Amino acid sequence: MLSPQFKALYKKEFQSFFKTPLGYVFLVIFLFGLGYMTFEPGRGSFFLLREASLRAFFEYVPWMFIFLVPAVSMKLWADERKRGTVELLFSMPVTVKVAVLAKFFAAWTFVGLALSLTFPMIITVLILGRPDMKIIFLGHISSMFLAGAMLSVGGFFSAMTKNQVVSFILSVATCFILLMADSPPVLELVGTFAPKYFLNIFESLSLQGHFESMGKGVIRLSDLCYYAIMISFWTFSSIVLLNENKSE
Amino acid sequence: MIVVESLCKNFDDFFAVKDVSFQVGKGQVLGLLGPNGAGKSTTMRMLTGFINPTSGHAKICGHSILQEKEKAQSHIGYVPENAPLYDDMDVREFLEFIYDLRGLPREQKVSRVEEILKLCVIEDVESQKIETLSKGYKRRVSLAQALIHNPDVLILDEPTDGLDPNQKHEVRKVIKNLAKEKTIVISTHILEEVDAVCDRAIIMAQGKICFDGTPASLKAQSPTGRLDDVFRSITMQKEALC
Repeated sequence: MLSPQFKALYKKEFQSFFKTPLGYVFLVIFLFGLGYMTFEPGRGSFFLLREASLRAFFEYVPWMFIFLVPAVSMKLWADERKRGTVELLFSMPVTVKVAVLAKFFAAWTFVGLALSLTFPMIITVLILGRPDMKIIFLGHISSMFLAGAMLSVGGFFSAMTKNQVVSFILSVATCFILLMADSPPVLELVGTFAPKYFLNIFESLSLQGHFESMGKGVIRLSDLCYYAIMISFWTFSSIVLLNENKSE
Repeated sequence: MIVVESLCKNFDDFFAVKDVSFQVGKGQVLGLLGPNGAGKSTTMRMLTGFINPTSGHAKICGHSILQEKEKAQSHIGYVPENAPLYDDMDVREFLEFIYDLRGLPREQKVSRVEEILKLCVIEDVESQKIETLSKGYKRRVSLAQALIHNPDVLILDEPTDGLDPNQKHEVRKVIKNLAKEKTIVISTHILEEVDAVCDRAIIMAQGKICFDGTPASLKAQSPTGRLDDVFRSITMQKEALC
């Protein structure tokens, strides 16, 4: 089913994370950061909750992702275009669609690997009590969807510019707005120029809202559709964009 | 092998390539000459399917570069300008990646990569990271990458640019060896190169073809018998006309 081009590119992209310090820095910061935030002695901390759940953990997942996921996606295309290897790639019998998907899934797998390495958290709560495994499982699925959505946003901005830093900043900003779309400050800002019905649509685009809803242990069709649309929209936009500007 | 019919490419209102047509047969080595910005690279990029022509048409081994792009691409080996490579891979790994990317049969992978390492004389650096290689080696790796699927058509964009005289000689030797069974298109602005490897030359200026013939007939046009003079007079004329 999968074309050899997809497989070759997927494998190469995934391995490339471990060819540079990027992959290791990502893993260390992500795991340390999440671990620290989960157990830090402030409000909402794991210990203060006094329950065997990963609520404190999942609360910080979006905030780790917002800086780290764009760092993974920023090089996907920007680097390739800057070095000119994009010319090498697309003179092979590889379509833009296959290449975009292969890179996206490789990056997604990498973030998935990082997330799976937080397994000691699960062991911890299992030792401490009897957690609701369904909620923990759905929390991870939800985190993966969140990462997928952010990666597709980042992939788009990486395809837009040759400069990795610009791609990073644009991705972080866009992810932040999407994440906070249902919060009063962002809504107020949008409300200054947009009509009321648009505000309602905009509010429902919030990544945070959909992330939390699934993390409560309910699979809603609307959440699944939301992620599917989000990822396809940004990925499709990347394909269109790259078809236009790959040779510039 | 290569049929090009009135190929044009505009970038907004800039005409990079205007109405270029030519045919290259098997065993021919075509040199695309011209000053910088003449449209050589753009022509080559259109042939390799990296960019689409604004109008016109081209066929590689009977496959259209528009309708059957992937089929046409599978017959082409391409060395882009400045030979871009994935710098963080090592040489063998890179060649294996290109082999897989081309969708070639898995069983012969190891033996084919071995063969190509030998052919391009890069065996001693096979486990080195590409970014640590010298320019000459990088160029040869890029050539190896273009040859891995044994293509019928080779398109080389300034393959000897920036190399020292010995390395130039090496690369030209490889090209000459390949010339018998392949169709090769080389772009260059070094005139001695045309003399050394090509049996046909096309001079481009301002996106148009202004000379098409053998290097010998090109020389014959000049009273001094020097390629430099003919090149200058032909391309300057063209620029004056535009």
